[in-house]
Amino acid sequence: MAEIVVGNLCKEFGDFVAVRSSSFTVEDGEFFMILGPSGCGKTTTLRMIAGLELPTSGEIHIDGEEVGQMPASRRDIAFVFQMYALYPHMNVRSNISYPLLSQGMRRAQVREKVAEVAGILGIQDILDSPISSLSGGDRQRVALGRAIVRNPKCFLMDEPLGALDAEFRAHMSEELRALHNRMGATTVYVTHDQLEAMQMGDKIVVMNEGEIEQFGAPQDIYDKPASMFVADFIGSPPMNFLKFRVSVGLGATEVPVRNHSLQMPALREPFDGDAVYGVRPEHVRLSDSAGYRGEVIASEYLGTTQIVTLRTEDGEVKARTPSSQTAREGETVGLEFNGPTVTLFDEGSGRALGSELNEGVLSRG
Amino acid sequence: MVDLVMRNVTKAYGTNVAVDGMSMTVNDGDFVVLLGPSGAGKTTTLCLISGLVHPDGGDILFDGRSVINDTPAQRNVAMVFQNYSLYPHMSVRENLSFPLRSPILRTPEDEIRRKVHEVAETLRISHKLDSRATELSGGEMQRVSIGRALVRDPAIHLMDEPLSSLDAKLRAELRVELKRIQASLGSTLLYVTHDQTEAMTMATDVGVLDEGRLVQFGSPREIYSDPVSLYVARRLGLPRINALPADLFAGAPSGASTIGLRPEHIRHGEGRDAEVIRIERLGDETRLHLALDGHAIVTLTDVHTELTPGDVVSVSPRDALYFDASGHRIA
Repeated sequence: MAEIVVGNLCKEFGDFVAVRSSSFTVEDGEFFMILGPSGCGKTTTLRMIAGLELPTSGEIHIDGEEVGQMPASRRDIAFVFQMYALYPHMNVRSNISYPLLSQGMRRAQVREKVAEVAGILGIQDILDSPISSLSGGDRQRVALGRAIVRNPKCFLMDEPLGALDAEFRAHMSEELRALHNRMGATTVYVTHDQLEAMQMGDKIVVMNEGEIEQFGAPQDIYDKPASMFVADFIGSPPMNFLKFRVSVGLGATEVPVRNHSLQMPALREPFDGDAVYGVRPEHVRLSDSAGYRGEVIASEYLGTTQIVTLRTEDGEVKARTPSSQTAREGETVGLEFNGPTVTLFDEGSGRALGSELNEGVLSRG
Repeated sequence: MVDLVMRNVTKAYGTNVAVDGMSMTVNDGDFVVLLGPSGAGKTTTLCLISGLVHPDGGDILFDGRSVINDTPAQRNVAMVFQNYSLYPHMSVRENLSFPLRSPILRTPEDEIRRKVHEVAETLRISHKLDSRATELSGGEMQRVSIGRALVRDPAIHLMDEPLSSLDAKLRAELRVELKRIQASLGSTLLYVTHDQTEAMTMATDVGVLDEGRLVQFGSPREIYSDPVSLYVARRLGLPRINALPADLFAGAPSGASTIGLRPEHIRHGEGRDAEVIRIERLGDETRLHLALDGHAIVTLTDVHTELTPGDVVSVSPRDALYFDASGHRIA
């Protein structure tokens, strides 16, 4: 198993820069997510680690060895694609055995390895079934089996669950994560689904337009986003943005907005200009006594909680509140924001301003 | 818009009963969502109402009048499908105007213009009116196909998973938008989906389908807090309700074979000891996966919990639901 270190990795396709100077480290045994919208460079990054694309510049170390310009066949990695590319004319056993037989492993040993992998994946009873008779989930399991059986240094996965329907996908992601916990193999996983990234990852790197926006533990990225892009991309509903002009000094713990003042963690840098006050929906409370007002324009029942959408003078706000609390459309209510959880952004650059909350976390790769 | 009544409607394809004795009322101005997994009979129900499929038995009434022998055109329903079917060679304006230009309706041109503008405004696609349908993003195309249903004044709107092919963000936006549009136009809407979030957030009433039968009908709050069966309890709620042997905790009523515990209805700090298997952090909530006597339990905990796998927490039920051996709710 292996540590993967990516340093200043770049990939250009003609004039188009797909990946711009990316650096991050995947520690041995980690389940590592590369998250971003389509076109952000996440798949290109993964393909460079695999050796399916060669970087324009930069380095990739797997287990201490520089492999950037090495062909895929010499890197000892296993790649799992979105579309399980299985041999349709072979049965399950032959599909899983194939990589071992082609390496010249003895038949008895292959049988043993296949049985072991089938046990891990719970597919012992379909080993002799033809591929065409399998459900989508079983096909995905067989594709995983074929990757696992070789004992590679690491697994690279490109949206392996993307083609499955929502319910089944939740089940498979659970299964994949449990499998990882049993095997402890370094895994790099590409997805555009923020929930999948949060649920499965030990670490997440968030990419946008070829650049790394933030890199860290899921909860840190959620609580302390480094940019408006990250704050908006992660979370459902995403972070609320209230926009206004401010002038605040070092150490400030509140921003004045018209005749109110909104709380925030102590700033570690002064700021003067167009700012964005970012607060997560679960940190907004409806309170009659609060001076900051908003008009309820929608409420969405979700069981124990509800999402209330309000219109304020500084933009739309969504609040996650207990569904026992009534919020009638058209009503004007007071809003309280949980100050210590707030992030203030510079609207121009989209960058989070340093504060007591996020100091130490705002590393960019 | 009309009041829709279905009376004991049945439709079978060979031996497969797609819709089994369905009775339901959708009142003028209601937003009713039929919820069920694939194969539950959702789409067949819409086809029966629109007249695309003829029932084997039962009756369908619009405003008290049986429409069972009316053609789809005579029934005048508007249908939106999962896969937007726009005319690719036409502009957005032409696509929206098309239903109004039907020879049956004979709408005056200035009326068409007014309606198209109104609907485009509501759906926030006014700036795209002169674009070709093929130049739009997926979300815009789906809004146009919803718009094409809205420009008409049909007896009822029928929608078949119109949001399921869109990405998560857009789906969340359109949920709010669709509900707002329906409320502001006062339209009657029957919507089918397998997505529980859509059902809970948009519906005035939810009908839960199981193998062609309507097993419960009521407001989202009723269905969530007072399900008639384990099947219904499992269809609403994320993470899903924990279904455990009734004797796992003391206090089960006699005849109970399963206790249903919603993740948020598990009290921590007292009761039986369970082992923490995994901590799942979603940002706004943290889920605790526990094992108790070999049974997996999912519960919610403090977002920034310091628990780690291997720790022990004691849990006890709160507001438990009890079901008998056949899955019927008994307490």
